[in-house]
Amino acid sequence: MHILMFGWEFPPFVSGGLGVACFEITKALTSLNHALFFVMPRHDHLQEPSLSDFTRHAPDKSRPVFDEKSTFDNLTILSLQARFRPYVSFNDYNTGYHAENNDSSADSIYGNNLFQEADRYGRKAAGLVRTLPFDIIHSHDWMTIPAALQTQKSSSRPWVFHVHSLEYDRAGERANHEIVSIEREGLAKADCVIAVSARTKNMIVERYGISPDKISVIYNAVSKIENRKHKDTTDRNHKKTVLFLGRITFQKGPDYFVEAAALVLEKMADVTFIMAGSGDMTGQMMRRVNELGIADNFHFTGFLQGQELEKAFAMSDLYVMPSVSEPFGISPLEAIAYDVPVIISRQSGVSEILKHALKVDFWDVKEMASLIISILKHPALGETMAKEAYAELKDMQWKKAAEKIVSVYESLITTAVTHE
Amino acid sequence: MNDKIPMPDICLYFQLHQPRRLRRFSFFDIGASHDYEDEAENRRIFNRVADNCYLPAGSLLLFLIKKFRGDFRLSFSISGEALDQMELYRPDILEIFQQLAATGWVEFLNETYSHSLAFLFSPEEFHEQVVKHRRRIKNLFGQEGRTFRNTELLYSNALALKMEEMGYRTILADGVDKLLADRSPNLIYRPAGCRNISLLLRDYRLSDDLAFRFADSNWSGFPLTAEKYADSINARGGIGTVVNLFMDFETLGEHKRKETGIFHLLEELPGALLKHPGCHFLTISEATKNHHDENIFDSPEVISWADEERDASAWLGNSMQQDAAKTIYGLEKKVRMCKDENVKKKWRILQTSDHFYYMSTKWSPDGDVHRYFNPYESPYAAYINYMNIVDDLSSIAGTSSRGKL
Repeated sequence: MHILMFGWEFPPFVSGGLGVACFEITKALTSLNHALFFVMPRHDHLQEPSLSDFTRHAPDKSRPVFDEKSTFDNLTILSLQARFRPYVSFNDYNTGYHAENNDSSADSIYGNNLFQEADRYGRKAAGLVRTLPFDIIHSHDWMTIPAALQTQKSSSRPWVFHVHSLEYDRAGERANHEIVSIEREGLAKADCVIAVSARTKNMIVERYGISPDKISVIYNAVSKIENRKHKDTTDRNHKKTVLFLGRITFQKGPDYFVEAAALVLEKMADVTFIMAGSGDMTGQMMRRVNELGIADNFHFTGFLQGQELEKAFAMSDLYVMPSVSEPFGISPLEAIAYDVPVIISRQSGVSEILKHALKVDFWDVKEMASLIISILKHPALGETMAKEAYAELKDMQWKKAAEKIVSVYESLITTAVTHE
Repeated sequence: MNDKIPMPDICLYFQLHQPRRLRRFSFFDIGASHDYEDEAENRRIFNRVADNCYLPAGSLLLFLIKKFRGDFRLSFSISGEALDQMELYRPDILEIFQQLAATGWVEFLNETYSHSLAFLFSPEEFHEQVVKHRRRIKNLFGQEGRTFRNTELLYSNALALKMEEMGYRTILADGVDKLLADRSPNLIYRPAGCRNISLLLRDYRLSDDLAFRFADSNWSGFPLTAEKYADSINARGGIGTVVNLFMDFETLGEHKRKETGIFHLLEELPGALLKHPGCHFLTISEATKNHHDENIFDSPEVISWADEERDASAWLGNSMQQDAAKTIYGLEKKVRMCKDENVKKKWRILQTSDHFYYMSTKWSPDGDVHRYFNPYESPYAAYINYMNIVDDLSSIAGTSSRGKL
């Protein structure tokens, strides 16, 4: 099968679960011997994907807008210059854009707001892939909807829209209505929708009015970690450490983590709380930590990758994911791969399939604190949880997800054939 | 039916137990509240089980005993916790059991008062709980305990020896294959190292046909009728054979609801069996009265009737369970020193085996059985709740030892 995928940048330029999922799905599909054309937006940044990147490197306007990269095995990567990345908000895009162009939009090849950029990208991408021999289109999240939509129209090939998150997850009641309507259009016009959890599927049905028959739930997975570092708690000076790792933004509930930390520290002195990541709420969190007087027990590490990321997991006694609305949530699975027990929000997709974890409603700060204390007080608890959860991981493989995705493709292609 | 082969004697024995449910006890409740029991839940569950099972099944058994004028006999073991709750919430059920005792055809066994694992952790506590239970049974039913069965049929050579010392004549255990090898569970055995106490082994296949497989339409033996069951029992016939059908009383109406036809089967069963001449129902003590064969049953390790492993792993298999048990029994000294009956009562309630059962992380097919019975969202929630409570108990025991709270 020849698959056309509209996705996101690969490691090391990964900005959260969406990028990881795209990458892993692509790897798994090609390992199943399918050929993949992968279209990704490329912006000339080189460091961490914080929003200040937009102002750090001016785009080279003389570069062609697409590059055909190496074709290896079954994978052909086509990158298009674009100014967006996952999770960038409407306002942040504008801020970055105007800072770059000194308010003069005339010379920029990029759209002067996020939607225009998505459209521009969409047109360019549709044109780019016109001559490629693909059987199916697979896109991930809303920003690639214009690209997929136009390609569906011009190629008459079936389109699978893969939902990793919805605007309501990301922004709650502050959802941007234009994004919601783009999502709605995509969900309605795609031939099939893949949701990363039953929770996400329900949201699509209830908030967007899509028929459940059109939506397949295919859970995300976690990649095998080679040569993982085992938790090092033999160090006598080791302080109990509790880890939050994720974007510091509304959706991830960092504020609940901070409040719970304060409650824990009222009862247990020798605990360190780590907030690893970056995001629009970082400043607010730092202020709150100071306000609560717990700064001595709190560390903000910024965005972590590679060895630093490994080290953060390896030194933690507990990982907490207090997400307000998490369509899936791969990061607790990564923690488990490092033998770290996890507390996860019930308002998450991963809680549907992970049994050996403590679950809590994101708003229930007192219960969250109580659970944190229990794990820190009783080694037998964390040990048992980590051990049993690790055994669960072997059923959560990207290969299985890819196989399910291929079944979805096949059902669409058969239908398409019978309609011709 | 071959008339030359003697029919087996039949020992029908039911265990009846209800734990005390613990209320949700967060870390922040420690030191703030000393109220561990969820009384509303205890009452609700007890009433439900009483209505589904204790009342109809108890009444039916009473009726059958009277109908067959002593040809139908059986045995019961009711835990101290269940008796206490019975008195509190459903004295009408206690009435029925007293009537059963009054027929003279029902034997009441002794066990640990709190249905606990005390034998594995504290000889002193174990002894006290047995004595307490013996007294309770004597008071309520007028019977001197002659037969002992430990919590969930936990058994070992050491236990048999101890019960022999305490004067019991018969003890029960599960007929585990690994210790029987090729021998039949339907014989009366002598525990290794003992001289006066007899051992009856549960015929787990036949018992589970009724207790588990009865309502399973995928089972080859489905549907189980009284006739079919009687035939299987009689097929175990032979000289000196006794078929021991030991099961949870809740099988009758609670685990297997009325709609499955379980009461119907029970009603037909005595008749179906007694049709065969030479077939006798006996109480446990009657079955072993004339025991003199020396078939030795050697169990150096602890066995039980739980799960496939038939050992203590259902309650002590993972490190949380071991930690919880170690912690509660670690409080014994403190609890005894504080000489506060209230504290001791709370300590005993926390020893009930169910609390540890809820912490099990086994997810095997038997694990589904675990989950059906488990009021907690996860074994971890069970452990956390329990340990928070034990934490609080530890602090009041400590305080009490310096003067009443």
